[in-house]
Amino acid sequence: MTMLRDAATIARRNMIRIGRVPEVMVFVLVQPLMFVLLFAYVFGGSIDIPGGSYREFLIAGIFAQTVVFGATFTASGLAEDVQKGLINRFRSLPMARSAVVAGRTASDVVYNGLSVVIMSIAGLAVGWRIRGSILDAVVAYLLLLFFSYSFSWVMACLGLMVPTPEVVNNATFIVLFPMTFIANTFVPSDNLPGVLRTVAEWNPVSTLTHAVRVRFGNLPAGTPEPTSWPLQNAMLYSLAWAVLLIVVFAPIATRLYQRTDKR
Amino acid sequence: MSQTTIAQNTTELAVETSAIIKRYGNVTALDGLDLAVPAGTVLGLLGPNGAGKTTAVSVLTTLIKPDGGWARVAGVDVAKEPQRVRSLIGLSGQYAAVDEHLTATENLEMIGCLYGMKRREARRRANDLIEQFRLTDSANRPLKTFSGGMRRRIDLAGALLASPPVLFLDEPTTGLDPRSRGELWDAIRDRVSGGTTVVLTTQYLEEADQLANEIVVIDHGRAIARGTSQELKRHVGGEHLDVHLARPEDISRVESIVASVAVGAVRIVADESLVSVPVANGVDALASVLASLQSDGVDVVDIGLRRPTLDDVFMELTGHAAEEEAAS
Repeated sequence: MTMLRDAATIARRNMIRIGRVPEVMVFVLVQPLMFVLLFAYVFGGSIDIPGGSYREFLIAGIFAQTVVFGATFTASGLAEDVQKGLINRFRSLPMARSAVVAGRTASDVVYNGLSVVIMSIAGLAVGWRIRGSILDAVVAYLLLLFFSYSFSWVMACLGLMVPTPEVVNNATFIVLFPMTFIANTFVPSDNLPGVLRTVAEWNPVSTLTHAVRVRFGNLPAGTPEPTSWPLQNAMLYSLAWAVLLIVVFAPIATRLYQRTDKR
Repeated sequence: MSQTTIAQNTTELAVETSAIIKRYGNVTALDGLDLAVPAGTVLGLLGPNGAGKTTAVSVLTTLIKPDGGWARVAGVDVAKEPQRVRSLIGLSGQYAAVDEHLTATENLEMIGCLYGMKRREARRRANDLIEQFRLTDSANRPLKTFSGGMRRRIDLAGALLASPPVLFLDEPTTGLDPRSRGELWDAIRDRVSGGTTVVLTTQYLEEADQLANEIVVIDHGRAIARGTSQELKRHVGGEHLDVHLARPEDISRVESIVASVAVGAVRIVADESLVSVPVANGVDALASVLASLQSDGVDVVDIGLRRPTLDDVFMELTGHAAEEEAAS
């Protein structure tokens, strides 16, 4: 109970910052918008998807990529709090030990939700449509946010370990860029060569993208049924990953928080 | 409150540590530190950067666990019941910050909530402190627009918000102008007169002199002296002879002249062209040094006797000046 109250206090504090820190606005609102427009107009004309429109195909991939990168906000936010000495202040207060990280991951879901809203509007503007039922669409959005939430816990651990907030971008970029590109985010994974194709098929970013794409009804007509197990069970596989990440990384993040000290 | 309770309180220790040891790799930050702070008093932890002051505060505020020894705050063991200790303390200082994107009110309200107060109660207390610290006009501006002194006041207000019985202030006035410093000192004195116990770290000898009932001088993680400011000064002995030179190049010549009357280490402040030395018989020493200086043709801007300061204490105890090492 104390934990929920304290986490809410921390989340409220993070929400206040959203309108006051220009970097947050750029990261949460401008960057996703830019991605939709860039991919739709730059690649949209050159990549041909048989039986469908590339822009429709693309949106689920951009959504998945954006929420994965969006989770890095948890890392940079916590790293900044450590550097500024705020974590020391929090650790000297009689608050629940997991509340600072829990509050951060919760408020970052709101950040990511905002990103997804902006991207949806931009997507609609460039011709993307939800072709499935409203319920399916709601499930797709919830899956995106839940996956992002779970990934935030991984990023929380990173944020509490790096020496400075600047390291976060470099450390995440070299992992997240391949992770979101060796996938079916921007091109169908069937076209990838041998090993890359297997990696892509088992990559949770792929299954997340596929599940969302299916729920939005954005899979091009005549697309063959996936042959790999993860893609056949995309929803289940993605959820399993999300739960696993939380179960493993939430206790680690809480422990790291307790040991964090700015010296 | 009955008479007996008051009598007990005066001898009760608000902070007590025994042989605290803390190592970071090969570096021993705390090397068997013992402290005993009676409730309602101010302890000044005095020492240069790297002496172990901040580490000591970190142990006492549950931020780090000691490798050896034990510590109690308000009677509660910091290692065994850290969460209870946290509800009894307030921390402010260079490493426990406020959120610069939040306003003064938002920051204090958040801290109040995290102490377990209801939001309305937290806001009421926040407003009271903001008024007391004369920041009402700026209460709704993000702290990044505040001056250093204003920010420190909010930081201190955060520590005071829940009126904890024990306050830890880690270099509360470092980098502040004299006026802001004086204002913070008044705020701290105000709390002490209300019965709060304060542990204060500082590099400023004047600050310890002004606020502390007892001073513990630490160097290399160890207490090297303790006592009231008066006692420490008495330890250094009688008077000091200060010679301010017109030309810095005369320093070494003057050093050898004053050595003949010195009863302790000669202190040299090069950038002020100052040579300072403890002497036994002030007037005789002054006369003899003055005569030697004149016969050697050394230009003197000022020469005089004075009572010892805590600077002299530090010099006497450690063999180096407090500010010197702090600057390096």
